[in-house]
Amino acid sequence: MYDPTVARLTYRALLGRRRALILFALPLLLIVISVAVRALSGADDQVASDLLGGFALATMVPIIGVIAGTGAIGPEIDDGSVLYLLSKPVKRPTIIVTKLTVAIAVTMAFSALPTFIAGMILNGNGQQIAVAYTIAALVSSIAYAAIFLLLGTVTRHAVVFGLVYALVWEALFGSLVSGARTLSVQQWSLAVAHKAADGGDLVTSDVGLPAAVILLIVVTAGATWYAGQKLRTLTLAGDE
Amino acid sequence: MTSLTIDHVSRWFGNVVAVNDITMTISPGVTGLLGPNGAGKSTLISMMGGFLAPSTGSVTLDGHPTWRNETIYKHLGIVPEREGMYDFLTGREFVVANAELHGLGKKAAQRALATVEMEYAQDRKISTYSKGMRQRVKMASALVHEPSVLLLDEPFNGMDPRQRMQLMELLRTMGDDGRTVLFSSHILEEVEQLASHIEVIVAGRHAASGDFRKIRRLMTDRPHRYLVRSSDDRTLAAALIADPSTAGIEVDLDEGALRIQAVDFGRFTTLLPRIAREHDIRLLTVSPSDESLESVFSYLVAA
Repeated sequence: MYDPTVARLTYRALLGRRRALILFALPLLLIVISVAVRALSGADDQVASDLLGGFALATMVPIIGVIAGTGAIGPEIDDGSVLYLLSKPVKRPTIIVTKLTVAIAVTMAFSALPTFIAGMILNGNGQQIAVAYTIAALVSSIAYAAIFLLLGTVTRHAVVFGLVYALVWEALFGSLVSGARTLSVQQWSLAVAHKAADGGDLVTSDVGLPAAVILLIVVTAGATWYAGQKLRTLTLAGDE
Repeated sequence: MTSLTIDHVSRWFGNVVAVNDITMTISPGVTGLLGPNGAGKSTLISMMGGFLAPSTGSVTLDGHPTWRNETIYKHLGIVPEREGMYDFLTGREFVVANAELHGLGKKAAQRALATVEMEYAQDRKISTYSKGMRQRVKMASALVHEPSVLLLDEPFNGMDPRQRMQLMELLRTMGDDGRTVLFSSHILEEVEQLASHIEVIVAGRHAASGDFRKIRRLMTDRPHRYLVRSSDDRTLAAALIADPSTAGIEVDLDEGALRIQAVDFGRFTTLLPRIAREHDIRLLTVSPSDESLESVFSYLVAA
């Protein structure tokens, strides 16, 4: 279910494009803010939690997920080069699972790692806050990568839809409207983080752990399966 | 022996019928798929290559459907018309990746690069390649696994004459080896030089099939239309219509010209100047009014 050649091509396509600059810019911004906050107001658990929850998990992780998830397949479908993958005796689900693996790895590397570093800078992992949000970032990386990879196979405007989802749904509604939170990757991952890191009162979720885990698995598996189906019936006609 | 069978295949996009009830078999040797732009050649090749589902009918490779069946690619190679091809790789990296996806290694890739004579530029990024070089690297990527069927969509577009000759030679050799090679083109001369067998498609329909001599004859024997202006149109018309090579003449008063339909092309072309001289008529304009390839093709459809 994993093809090293497909993986190599996907990594190079992801990290070699100009879009990849955002992958570096956002984590850098997070760390710069963290350093500034720590310098100005000292170590404060509440501030650390607000920054990691409000910026890192609610904004940065989904955007990185959009870039990595859609970028792992969208541009190839757009310019037709995916034909070179599809005209091979390689199973379609193998291509999707490989691309998903790459997208997850990239999302994790550019979101969970900076989240952990930022947490350490902010309050030195007091109350396990750094670890908790790192776990949340790792968990949500998986679901985001799967959702946005599917989006990349379904529509040519995957980045736009992805950003709208990430910013409007996850960041805005997910933070303000309580009903929307039940259907938010962010909340599911917080539920897991709350349990795993024993996050106390600062890392909490509106969704119970069993529901969160089930929803995470269903969404990730469902999106991956459907993306494989879309790729099997992907139509590549000429330029017209 | 490998052959592609297209059986009563139609394909429509919304209300537009791109391919209309085509039945043909592509056998070993070089086959040219000839037709004007927009005739449905790319759509047909996409269906042959398993990248598009026929709306009705079936496309099979030795009995196996090509749609949703990735095992056919062990025997099938495709050279697409589109340019997208991982521009950030070097030519060598690109062909090696294609070989690996077939479960082959660097050796197969190197052999394919040598076949298309691209070794000299193999370590340059594809983004720096000319159109002809891209075309040859695409070709190498389709050849790594030595497929028994090769489909090429407008392969000569953008090639210079020398590259064109070289690719023709390569395809000819593959055809002689007993491989099934199908290429599309909208240029009659290209197809005529290379293909032993020609399939003509016009407006989504299968217009003609056969060897190039037969197609060529169909094309030159069709009625030719000319627009002629002279110093004495009516005398000229009277003299021309007396000869069996002329099927009809209309005196177009608005244009101040004759519209002539000739049935025997060879005979008419010698008749016209002779009659003009004999009657002391000056020819002011002689222009074929339907020499475009499209009109040639549409004649074939009607035939």
